[in-house]
Amino acid sequence: MSLVNLPPKPGGFIPRDRTWQPDGLTPTYKTSVRRSPQAPLLSFPSTLSEETSPVFGHHLIGPLDNDLILNYAQPGQSAIGPRIIVHGRVLDELGRGVAGALVEFWQANAGGRYRHKKESYQAALDPNFGGCGRTITGADGSYEFRTIQPGPYPWPNGMNDWRPAHIHFSLFGHGFAQRLITQMYFEGDPLIKRCPIVGVLKSQEAVDALTAPLDMHQSVPMDCLAYKFDMVLRGQRQTYFENRKEGL
Amino acid sequence: MVQKLHDYLRESPSQTAGPYVHIGCTPNFTGIDIYGGDLGTSMKTGPVQGTEITIKGTVFDGMGAPLRDAMIEIWQPDAAGLFPSANETRGTPDPNFTGWGRSPGDMETGEFTFDTVKPGAVPYPDGRMQAPHITAWIVARGINIGLHTRIYFDDEQVANAADPVLSRIEHQNRVPTLLAKKEAAGLYRFDIHLQGPAETIFFDI
Ligand SMILES: [Fe+3]
Repeated sequence: MSLVNLPPKPGGFIPRDRTWQPDGLTPTYKTSVRRSPQAPLLSFPSTLSEETSPVFGHHLIGPLDNDLILNYAQPGQSAIGPRIIVHGRVLDELGRGVAGALVEFWQANAGGRYRHKKESYQAALDPNFGGCGRTITGADGSYEFRTIQPGPYPWPNGMNDWRPAHIHFSLFGHGFAQRLITQMYFEGDPLIKRCPIVGVLKSQEAVDALTAPLDMHQSVPMDCLAYKFDMVLRGQRQTYFENRKEGL
Repeated sequence: MVQKLHDYLRESPSQTAGPYVHIGCTPNFTGIDIYGGDLGTSMKTGPVQGTEITIKGTVFDGMGAPLRDAMIEIWQPDAAGLFPSANETRGTPDPNFTGWGRSPGDMETGEFTFDTVKPGAVPYPDGRMQAPHITAWIVARGINIGLHTRIYFDDEQVANAADPVLSRIEHQNRVPTLLAKKEAAGLYRFDIHLQGPAETIFFDI
């Protein structure tokens, strides 16, 4: 065992704060009742199986993958709706940018309608809007994409439940333990506080963490408004000490 | 007063993947032709080392109904126990194996299928060897935060008996919920039960 002059190595992931994250069973979101585990989760320290993950290279991303206004549109046409830029950084719990993270996003169109066989809302499809995009974060964890502001939509839960306007995000960092899916809401939306899915969050601070402010600094005059949305993945301890017993 | 840990951030709160996760993660599966194909559809980019296997399974809710709107991802080492990851430092993994698969399940039945290789063994942090296993992650409408589990193999009795994770399970009668059952040469079944007497063990890792 040596304690001298070792470079830092990634250690285990910081345990997930289950007092902050939503519980599985949240009866006001009815579908969770039959889809939430009833036994306690089994805890163990992260191993290589959770501390590694696939590598997604920038070559994966096509030029329009982060432009939902154009990536499904006919040539010369574009999606209908308020044009917005969504941008921000993917950080870890230690405040460091997560470079090379795969960020995938999907959303309803400006009328609140998804392009999906099982979608039953009567709002019209937009022939020029597919509703999905993806990008990979830069060296500082930054990302951006262009889209239209999605509309709110009704969903079967309570008698008259409506989702606030939102964009779904899937995040893939550097370890499978960091895998996360979440949603972004828009500042000022009166439906946020009425939504049973937002309602699974345990504090106003958690709701605020998923609510993107309007960002006039990045808004493009006569073209696009902007919203800034940072996301945080689990952090990984750095260890300077090789104090594990190896080879037992 | 003490100094504040002000540089530290909180993990973004999770929200359900919702009923349309497939639009975002496997759009081609939903009929949105984009990107030249869905990520994670194939785990092999050429001839692979080791034993090729297929794993099939279905995710069931507490009423025994199959989920048809789930997304399942798996992550595993190659046949030699090496991960195709940037942070793999122990050797060079099989260049034709991605280690990562993503399945939306069958449109009608919800059954997922992964064509992969039998994983090699990987050490636990204390140096003991773990039994061969695959890490799995399940998201769907009604699941507020993605569920982590592991797929072990029922034909690895000796390695399973010595596995550091399996051996810390208090209720050993639940261990079979983590075992893929061999149905034929190269074919395993791993059903996932979100609730009920056969509830799969899920992990907080
Ligand atoms: Fe949605």
